[in-house]
Amino acid sequence: MSITQVAFILISAITLGSALAMVTSRTVFVAALWMVAAFVGVAALYILLEAGFLAAIQLLIYAGGIAVLILFAIMLTPRVMQPMEGLSRFNDQWMFVAAVSAFLFAGLWALAIRTDWPVNLQRVTGDNIFLLGRGFMTQYLLPFEVTSILLLVALVGAIVIARD
Amino acid sequence: MLANYAILAVFMVVAGLVPIGALATAWVIRPHKPNPVKSEIYECGIETVGEAWVQFKVQYYIYALVFVIFDVETAFLYPWAVAYNRLGVFALFEMSIFVAILLAGLLYAWRKGALEWV
Amino acid sequence: MQFIYDIGPRIVAITAQFLGQHFPAWAVQLILMIVSVATIAVFVLITFMFLTYLERKIIARMQDRIGPNRVGPLGLLQPVADAIKMMTKEDITPTVAHRAAYNIAPVLVVAPPLMAFAVIPFGKGMIAADLNIGILYAVAISSLGTLGLLMAGWSSRNKFSLIGAMRAVAQMVSYEVPMILSLMGVLMITGSLAMGQIVSKQAVPFIILQPVAFIIYFISSIAELNRTPFDIPEAESEIVAGYHTEYSGMKFAMFMMSEYVSVIVMAAVGTTVFLGGWRGPVLPSYIWFLLKIYVIIFVLMWFRGTLPRLRVDQLQGFAWKFCVPVALLNIFMSGIVIFLVPPNTTHPLVQVAAYAVGNIILAIVVLLLYRRPTARAAAAVSGA
Repeated sequence: MSITQVAFILISAITLGSALAMVTSRTVFVAALWMVAAFVGVAALYILLEAGFLAAIQLLIYAGGIAVLILFAIMLTPRVMQPMEGLSRFNDQWMFVAAVSAFLFAGLWALAIRTDWPVNLQRVTGDNIFLLGRGFMTQYLLPFEVTSILLLVALVGAIVIARD
Repeated sequence: MLANYAILAVFMVVAGLVPIGALATAWVIRPHKPNPVKSEIYECGIETVGEAWVQFKVQYYIYALVFVIFDVETAFLYPWAVAYNRLGVFALFEMSIFVAILLAGLLYAWRKGALEWV
Repeated sequence: MQFIYDIGPRIVAITAQFLGQHFPAWAVQLILMIVSVATIAVFVLITFMFLTYLERKIIARMQDRIGPNRVGPLGLLQPVADAIKMMTKEDITPTVAHRAAYNIAPVLVVAPPLMAFAVIPFGKGMIAADLNIGILYAVAISSLGTLGLLMAGWSSRNKFSLIGAMRAVAQMVSYEVPMILSLMGVLMITGSLAMGQIVSKQAVPFIILQPVAFIIYFISSIAELNRTPFDIPEAESEIVAGYHTEYSGMKFAMFMMSEYVSVIVMAAVGTTVFLGGWRGPVLPSYIWFLLKIYVIIFVLMWFRGTLPRLRVDQLQGFAWKFCVPVALLNIFMSGIVIFLVPPNTTHPLVQVAAYAVGNIILAIVVLLLYRRPTARAAAAVSGA
């Protein structure tokens, strides 16, 4: 059991635990905070995969930007700022849902165990940030430019909606 | 390469222990005399009026949103800046197109008054 | 004599050798890591305490008074007195506050600036973790600081705290974009995100090659730190005390600590990226680093003692309408100059000349672009 495996188990436990706490929390604000913890856990997982750049971008954009966005949206809505009292976390169909989830989980587990996952043992040589940059400019130029259009559409759309 | 990041875990632990240690020391040392008047929310010395929520000002949300858009743009700018030296001038053209499209978005937001703090 | 110059690596090597005889390799690594992190933490905390004293003294002198001079010689033990005061004050927690978030918020506000010190090069060979994403890590960790603020503001259940927290976060978030964009010019010249690389490529400090970027970075980091002239979130006359209204005692001290430690982080990153880090002729590397940090910190405190506060709409407008476009223009200018004068193969003086020409053209373009608003503002000041 190498130290990487221990770290992986620990970080996965924290991420999954935060996600679970997020969906079962009574207050929306606290749920958003658990979501941020899940984001940070995912960033740590990226570090374990030696994708340092991606981990930092995950922290910068998700935990630093999108989390703030969601928290602002929550704070600007008056009724959700209090904990939801008297609301049970279980609805009436919970037994059926639990059965279906267990079935799905068993199926996915069996699939995951039996598949021959192709493991790419080739390490990425060279500075991977430089390779990313070069990839954006040469091989993946079209998705790169289309992304800018996507961002523009998001920006304009949000402003149009917010101005009304 | 991962060993470089191991020290970050130590940093996180120490960075968490410093405030927790300070707070724990203070918790041992300080007095504790709660009093219902002391424990009320401060509102210029009078009773609080209404629930604690902020009037819906869409400005806050717009600033956070424009920030996320430009944050994603900087995420694309980082690898480009690192690779720029070895790529040649066509990289500048391509990135200029990218930035120009987003600048057009910023200009649109500016003209529509979305960046005003009303 | 030589050992004063690389005292850091020497101590590490000697300790590693000494411990290597008694412990296995992984334990030696771990102990060295813990010791270096603890040293950095102690250095940061002592600097933080000294900075509280320094700020009061400098602002006092600028306001023609003396400042703290009672506690200890020249008032140097004032921070100790402050620390004792903070520890022994009662922690008044509002009854309606959300317990968990209220207690965790101070920890979450202090932790990110402390973690940012992992990538700061304190001297030659004295960097805790020379990650290949060095400066991106510093920026990303700084952006996590906003969450602690939001937690503090919300959990206090106080209208002023909520408004103060949202304004502070809106301000910090607006100025993060110009800050990141201003660092891009430097990254283009360096070709790497690692802090060690950035310092080693500064035969000519980048402030000479990218003055506009330095100005934008400086202004943006003042806004990030919520310091004057951008300290609307903390201004006592405006909003009581903003997001830390309901905090007292040590928790309040944590907010103060986060602010001053962030000051040190910004000064350290600015030094590394623009002022040449630990490079310097005669003195040891870490002494140069400390001197440069204190120059930036002194200028920050100078601003606080001199400038009035900007209004909220003024500072937000300034960020999005001026800083972001100018930073983008700076990136474009750097791109052209780098293409014409590749940084690795040309003589430093040729580079300085090329960038000087580029920056002058950039300044002319910016002044031309903004001549209408500046004319209007000048007329408003002189006419009305």
